[in-house]
Order: sequence, then C-alpha cells, then structure tokens
Amino acid sequence: MDAVRALIRRKITGLKLLGVPVLGLCADLLIGAGCVSEVHSSAVSLGEAGLAPRFTDAAERADITVVDYTCPAVHTALQATEKGVPYMPLRGVLGSDLVGAHADWQVAQNPFAGGADPILLVAAIAPDVALFHARWADEAGNVWVGRRRELATVAHAARHTYVTVEEFRAGDMLEDELLAPGVIGATYVSGTARAERGAWPLGVAGVYGIDDTHLAMYAKAARTREGFEQYLREFVWQERKSSLPA
Amino acid sequence: MARAQELLACLIARLIADARHVAVGAASPIPATACELLRAQGRPLRITRLHKRHGNPFSEGSRELFDLAGQGRIDYFFLGGAQLDGEANINLVRAAGRRFPGSFGSAFMYFTCRTILLREEHSPRVLVPRVEFVSAPGWSPPDVVRRGGPVALVTGKALFRWQPEKRRFRLESVHPGHTAAEVREATGFEYDAGTVGETAPPTAPELELLRGPVAVAIGSDYPEFARRVWS
Repeated sequence: MDAVRALIRRKITGLKLLGVPVLGLCADLLIGAGCVSEVHSSAVSLGEAGLAPRFTDAAERADITVVDYTCPAVHTALQATEKGVPYMPLRGVLGSDLVGAHADWQVAQNPFAGGADPILLVAAIAPDVALFHARWADEAGNVWVGRRRELATVAHAARHTYVTVEEFRAGDMLEDELLAPGVIGATYVSGTARAERGAWPLGVAGVYGIDDTHLAMYAKAARTREGFEQYLREFVWQERKSSLPA
Repeated sequence: MARAQELLACLIARLIADARHVAVGAASPIPATACELLRAQGRPLRITRLHKRHGNPFSEGSRELFDLAGQGRIDYFFLGGAQLDGEANINLVRAAGRRFPGSFGSAFMYFTCRTILLREEHSPRVLVPRVEFVSAPGWSPPDVVRRGGPVALVTGKALFRWQPEKRRFRLESVHPGHTAAEVREATGFEYDAGTVGETAPPTAPELELLRGPVAVAIGSDYPEFARRVWS
C-alpha cells in the first residue's frame, strides 16, 4: 500500500491493473487518483466494507476499460507463463458471457477425448510488473510470502517483481527448511524496499490485521469525488498513517 | 419465533444434509450458519471457509480452492447475483446501468459444485426474465463436462427447486408469512408451481443449537451478522 500511495504521489497514468485474482483498496485508490486506464480482474470490491466506490463510478462512467475474468482463469493464465507454455486449458466457464469478451480465450476440442468435449483454452499472461507487500526480504534477495502462493505465481510470471517488506532479515531464508517453502527466490525479485506497516490499512497475516474502521471510513468517504479527494489529501499527499500503536 | 435468517439457515441445512465438504465464502453468513448447524447436529461435515479473519484453509494460495473444486472434492457451494433468471443464469457484473464487483470464481464453481443459489431480496429487479450478463450459466449442453450446477434457489420469501430436465424452477414452498400469489407477483421469470407447501420453520432443537453453539461459532468470522441475529 505504501507503494500505491507513492505511485499516486508520482502522478503516474495509464496503468493496466491485473487482479490476482481480485482487486480491492489499492486498485480503488489508483483508479480514483486517475492512475489507471484498464482493469483486468475477476472482481473489484472492498470485501466486507462493500463496493469499491471509485472503481464502480469509473466503470459506470466508462472512464476506464474493464475486462472481466473469473478467478481460476487468472491463475491458469499466470501458471501458463510460469511454465513457459502459450496457453493452458480450464474446465467450466463455457456459456459465460466472459468467453465472448476475451480474444485471449478460445474454445477447442479436447484432443484426448473420444467424442465431443469442448474445453476453454486460456492464453498465458506475462505482466510487466508484479507489485506486492510481504513480511520479509533477506540479504540474499529472497522474499518470504508464506502460503500466499498466488504471489509466488505472479512473481514467477512477471518480467519484473518489486516488493515492499515489513522487515529485512539477515542471512538466506532458502537455507532454512521451515522458511524455504514460503520463499520467492531472488531469481524472480527485481527489487525490495522496507515499508514498515506498509500494508496499512490492510493487514499482514500474523503481524497486524485489517484496519476495519479505516476501511469503513474510506468506503463512505470515497462515495463522492469530493470525499475521495479529501481522503487523498489527508492520507496520501500527507503520508499520514494510522494513529493506532503498531 | 424463528428469525428470518434462522429459517433460511435451517432450510439450507436440510438442502445440503448429505454434504461431506462445503466451501463457504466471505459474504455468506447464512450458508455458514447452515453448515455450523449441521456440525452441531453431529454430522462429520468439513467446512472450508474462504475468508477467515485469521489464517485460511489453504497452503497453495487462492488457486487451491479451484483445484479442489475442479477435482470434485467440494460437494456444495453457494452463489448469489445482482440478477438471476429462470434458467438459473447468474449475473454478478452489471445490471440497469450499475456496475457490480464482478464474477469472482462463479464461472468455474457453478460447473464443479452442487450449488445453492441464495438471494434474500426477492423482487422483479433481482429475479429477472433474462440476466443482462451471464457470469455463469445455469445449464450446459450435454457435450460440456459439468459435474455441478443449481440445486435450489432460496430467497427471503420462498424455496424454488431446480428441475434439470426442464431447465426450469419449480416453486416448492413459501416461507411463513408469505403467499404463493405474492411470490408470483415478485418474480420476474416464469416457473412451475404445483402443490406449494409452507417452508417448515426451525424446530425447537434446531433453534436451541442455533442460539447456542452455532451463534458462538459464527460470531468469530461474522461478528456483525451474529450481533444482528442473536443479540
């Protein structure tokens, strides 16, 4: 989230966002701040805090292009890139209006079936950049994401991966049998930066939880353009963080 | 006197009574309550909660749910929609000029799991003749591999059973306090209706479990819901 706030302060424009497999507050802030031209995602919402108000408004006004996915199609497209294959098949989805809206999906016959067996083929997706927040990076350049393996998948598939972390650790986490299964190897990591409580107002599992009060306040404020601008002035341009103790 | 949410949870519990493994999503406190009720009744039900506030049921990331479902390891799932139609198509994308969050995993889960459709609002705005966008289709041609699909549609007023051969809903029962005529008026799609019964309200033992161990189990993941229904 610190990286998202920094992108807004840099007044970046024309971003194409890919939700892995969905998007939330980060996307809503970037969309509201005018940083985004396209959203590719299975959904955009604030979870229990409700609709993502700036996404909803921008989509309804057609200020942004929205390409709808379904969650496993995003995972499959990234796994194809991980493996270096041009596409992968996925069951289900046929008959959904999502299929007609995707030039990068095709319906083909399963060549191994005896009879008719149509199946969806999903083209590989290789994002330019994967950007996320994690708990640790180490001296060897590895990043620990624990069991959030979708972050490993997107890091494997992206050309560049940039990660903000709660803490830097000494040593090499790949040398530790208990930590290694949750590590993204330095091979895939382009750069890391320390951002303590950098996920706020979202959480980091086992370190701090979601700031529900802040999220509810944002959901309400961002219902109007004026409320959103006021939020940006207070929490993005001023770099103010939660007054709660860490 | 049972509360509306208690009635719906008991109804769903009866619909999925044969389940061994159920996945329950974030915005699904009523299905979660139904599952906890089955467990409180002593059934060996595995419940995979997709959005626990602490931890999660997976070690392979968010794709693991779909891998599990794709293999047939999840018996029941729950879906809703901004719109649902008489062919059990669901729309989570856009309706009447409004944008909704999106299709999530519906286009896959609906094919892989027996699905209970749940939408408390029962109005012509939601139950429409034809959805504006098909996030996930209610049925598929015979050559499409599909293990799952609709079982029933549960609303705040009634229970509809899905009839796969006819690709059409049948009104099975109306909840206490509602009438078949009222349901007809509030439903935008055509459906069959023979002998329509009244939805059985929760029994005294069910209510006792709901207000005891189930309320406690639900309170940790759905605190707002638990407060609204049981305090």
